[in-house]
Amino acid sequence: MPQNLNYLRETASQTAGPYVHIGLAPGAAGFDIYRQELGWDIAGPNARGEPIRVEGLVIDGMGSPVKDVLLEVWQANADGNYAHPEGGGPVEEGFRGWGRVITDFETGEWGFDTVKPGAVTPRAKLTSSVAQKVRETHPDWQGRADETHAPMAPHLNLWIVARGINIGLNTRMYFEDEAEANAADPVLNLIEWEHRRATLIAKRTERDGKIVYRFDIRLQGDNETVFFDI
Amino acid sequence: MTPAEYYQRDRRLHPPAHVPSYKTSVARSPRYSMISLQNSVSEITGPVFGHNDIDPIDNDLIKNYAKTGDPVGERIIVHGRVLDENARPVPNTLVEIWQANAGGRYRHKKDTYLAPIDPNFGGCGRTLTDENGYYFFRTVKPGAYPWRNWVNNWRPAHIHVSIFGSGFLQRLITQLYFEGDPLIPLCPIVQTIPDPDAIEQLTAKLDLNATIPLDSIAYKFDIVLRGRRSTLFENRLEGN
Repeated sequence: MPQNLNYLRETASQTAGPYVHIGLAPGAAGFDIYRQELGWDIAGPNARGEPIRVEGLVIDGMGSPVKDVLLEVWQANADGNYAHPEGGGPVEEGFRGWGRVITDFETGEWGFDTVKPGAVTPRAKLTSSVAQKVRETHPDWQGRADETHAPMAPHLNLWIVARGINIGLNTRMYFEDEAEANAADPVLNLIEWEHRRATLIAKRTERDGKIVYRFDIRLQGDNETVFFDI
Repeated sequence: MTPAEYYQRDRRLHPPAHVPSYKTSVARSPRYSMISLQNSVSEITGPVFGHNDIDPIDNDLIKNYAKTGDPVGERIIVHGRVLDENARPVPNTLVEIWQANAGGRYRHKKDTYLAPIDPNFGGCGRTLTDENGYYFFRTVKPGAYPWRNWVNNWRPAHIHVSIFGSGFLQRLITQLYFEGDPLIPLCPIVQTIPDPDAIEQLTAKLDLNATIPLDSIAYKFDIVLRGRRSTLFENRLEGN
């Protein structure tokens, strides 16, 4: 009898297509169907921290705005905690930290309101149960087992789907005014080409007394945004 | 006990970004390699949904937009489980679907195909998996429709499926196809997937055992999300 690993295989991704709004944001597709759509209020009414607006474009390889894109945002609260059982700590009542953002069909501009997240600290030390048993019984075996992880600078996690995108693209948005934290960020520092790190840093501006971060995402071409295989 | 990382995604069974035969991907595909990231708390966590977020009728596409009667078309049930690569169920996770009506037309202001809009069909639904990872939808079978890629391309009948899982790195959007559809091997979007078995895995099987006699025919569609080296259960803190 051959040994069998008995793992299943992950379901393959397919493009969200041009009509992703029907499923995930039907109001934008032109009809009301649900009592409430999900993901329109990222931080909730009780969130502490600096209120901010984030705006941008997704730009294709021809330099044109992608007008049918849908983005999802995933972020920590001002204390650096995610709204999840493994998120590091408590969050404010009503803070979900997740949002759905669609573009204007004519201009491709998108934007959302939220609060600025805190540094996520410390980065979770992740080990498998097998690795943990090895480390407990043979402390010398895994030289990297006690490696520490630096805090991650404040960031938003973004996920982009659209027609022509075969599998959702993961990226991160960091904040221009966090230069010191960004310089120490373990993820930014993974990017060998220092000039490419700049593609993940949003520009801070002010408009009518409100803090606005500008973050354009380039799918291709000069200054292609860094995407992550997570 | 710290949470464990998820298995690395096997990119060989996912479509690459750049597939010239699916023309829209040409200008929308990143050309640099992605940066591989070790899991951190930013990836292993994700939004949690509850029954307050949705209504019980949301998974019934035959009734959730009905105005003057039921939608036109073959009445079907789509059901299955959301599992991880260890074959463990993924409970309480949000599954959302959207689709064309029986004529192949989407209720979307950007869809101009000449098949008629069905006044009683919205084309979207959502549900939470139960404690065993089960989900089901009631709907009508979507029609095939033409699209602009090559001059004469037709999409096989399909339902778009969006699944969250328990961490954001399990996030997945895919499409469900129907067993026996002759358009599947001809579709440039299906064929972006390099692995024939992975395409087979997207093809829902006719499930006569789950039909409702004289009412609805059923298709079974299991969804597999990324596995995890060990899962933290409150009653089993040691993990695996």
